[in-house]
Amino acid sequence: MSTVLVVAEHLGGKLNPSTAKCVTCAATVSGAAIDVVVFAADGAAVAQEAAALSGVRTVLRVDNPANAEPIAAVLAPQIAKLAANYTHIFGPSTTFGKDLMPRVAGLLGVNQVSDVMAVEGPHRFKRPIYAGNAILTIDAPADAKVVATVRVASFEAAAAGGSASVEPVALDVPLPGHTLFIDRSAAKPGRPDLQSARRVVSGGRALGSGENFKIIYSLADRLGAAVGASRAAVDAGYVPNDMQVGQTGKIIAPELYVAIGISGAIQHMTGIKDARTIVAINKDSEAPIFEIADFGLVGDLFTIVPELEKQLGA
Amino acid sequence: MRRVMVGIKRVVDFNVRVRVRPDNTGVITDGVKMSINPFDEIALEEALRIKERGLADEVLVVSVGPTDAQQQLRTALAMGADRAILVQNDGSAAPLTVARVFRKLIDRESPFLVMLGKQAIDDDNGQTAQMLAALWDRPQAVACSKLTLADGKATATREVDAGLETNEIELPAVVSVDLRLNEPRYVKLPDIMKAKKKPLDTVALGDLGVEVTGGFKTVRVEPPPQRQKGIMVKDVGELVAALKKKGLV
Repeated sequence: MSTVLVVAEHLGGKLNPSTAKCVTCAATVSGAAIDVVVFAADGAAVAQEAAALSGVRTVLRVDNPANAEPIAAVLAPQIAKLAANYTHIFGPSTTFGKDLMPRVAGLLGVNQVSDVMAVEGPHRFKRPIYAGNAILTIDAPADAKVVATVRVASFEAAAAGGSASVEPVALDVPLPGHTLFIDRSAAKPGRPDLQSARRVVSGGRALGSGENFKIIYSLADRLGAAVGASRAAVDAGYVPNDMQVGQTGKIIAPELYVAIGISGAIQHMTGIKDARTIVAINKDSEAPIFEIADFGLVGDLFTIVPELEKQLGA
Repeated sequence: MRRVMVGIKRVVDFNVRVRVRPDNTGVITDGVKMSINPFDEIALEEALRIKERGLADEVLVVSVGPTDAQQQLRTALAMGADRAILVQNDGSAAPLTVARVFRKLIDRESPFLVMLGKQAIDDDNGQTAQMLAALWDRPQAVACSKLTLADGKATATREVDAGLETNEIELPAVVSVDLRLNEPRYVKLPDIMKAKKKPLDTVALGDLGVEVTGGFKTVRVEPPPQRQKGIMVKDVGELVAALKKKGLV
């Protein structure tokens, strides 16, 4: 029988929704017992939230002042110690889990299954490679522990309604002092974060200048959207490269993606193909972006975008 | 000798449209343009800048891969690396194996900093740096978008879902880098000529005495579900109506 340990992600005393999605993924490992572990200085509130997730057997609460911040080098040896009781150790494929879980795998001497999209058996998983341009099905060795990160976009959050017990756990593991947390700054206020936004408006080289990008920002603000850009617009110096959407920039999956003056280079399309709905506005009716757009509109962006903003406000 | 070791992976160029083989055993790589993994190029650029600021004496580039990976190592030397090692391996090495190779080379080369890309754009595993840090029992700074070195320590900032996170780590350490850290330099022709004279050593993976744990067994590689081509609207009014109908605005 499989026993899955899910490593909880939390911030500011609140459980991150990624944890509930990992629990859903864990529940697809047939017949698995699912425990959640919470590392914190004081994990009471987070452990209660985790205990309420449907399908969870036990919440392990590891309180320690050293666990106040999620430092991978501090958490990994504690998880490796707990791993003795489990067949699978899952964490979310978020910046938290991507930092932490491979370190756990390294300590356990196994390769990690990164970005699990589907569980096909206790040791068989589907995951994206080449930025999602191919889907790989793999068999992990049946005689070794499975350490995996869960692609949170592939799973719904586990429902509330559970009533797992919460067990305090003391772990006797030497912890390193070589990593010091300095600070965490909130994302830029005002506009949503590109990576997690429900709506994204992106501009391409056809904008012609950084100054002209103001019509993109204006439309984005009307929609409550984050702003992105194609690599061509970044390379041309119109916008900074943290706004780049594409294979070597950010791979995003918003509900609505509006591509403005973007022709649709392969590397850009790779970054947006999981978007629910794609709108493309381009003056070239032959632009490749129209091949994957749900709605395409051919015309001059400098006329269309202000008009679109106006009509959305009406 | 203050040495920075940089990992270089040979991958399918990011501009290539990757296609799955008809027999579903992998993707087509025959006759496809190969390049340095873009994140590794950023790691190398950062290492070169560290050396140019006088904070390191040597930049050593290491690749685990086929004989042809010499091309990518030569490019790295042309960018400015001083020396290269190819750990020759004809198959695909799993991240744990690559981490063990680097761990072994650390004993020989004693770098104060190991720099890697945050992930390779072929397998998208994103594991090697963290595994190496675990095996070495040293700090890790993952997906750095800003890095400063001073007094035997590094201050590293990375983008996290909540914003930006900064940690201070003691050296030696493993750092993996993200896109935002820098823009790699272009290679100039005279540098390509000079790079031909720089040392490039080759060692077989089997001769390193590294334990090779089998990677995962590939069951099947498939193309992702294709998006359907949608509809062309004739004006803004029609577009807004369509979006409203789908409840998107």
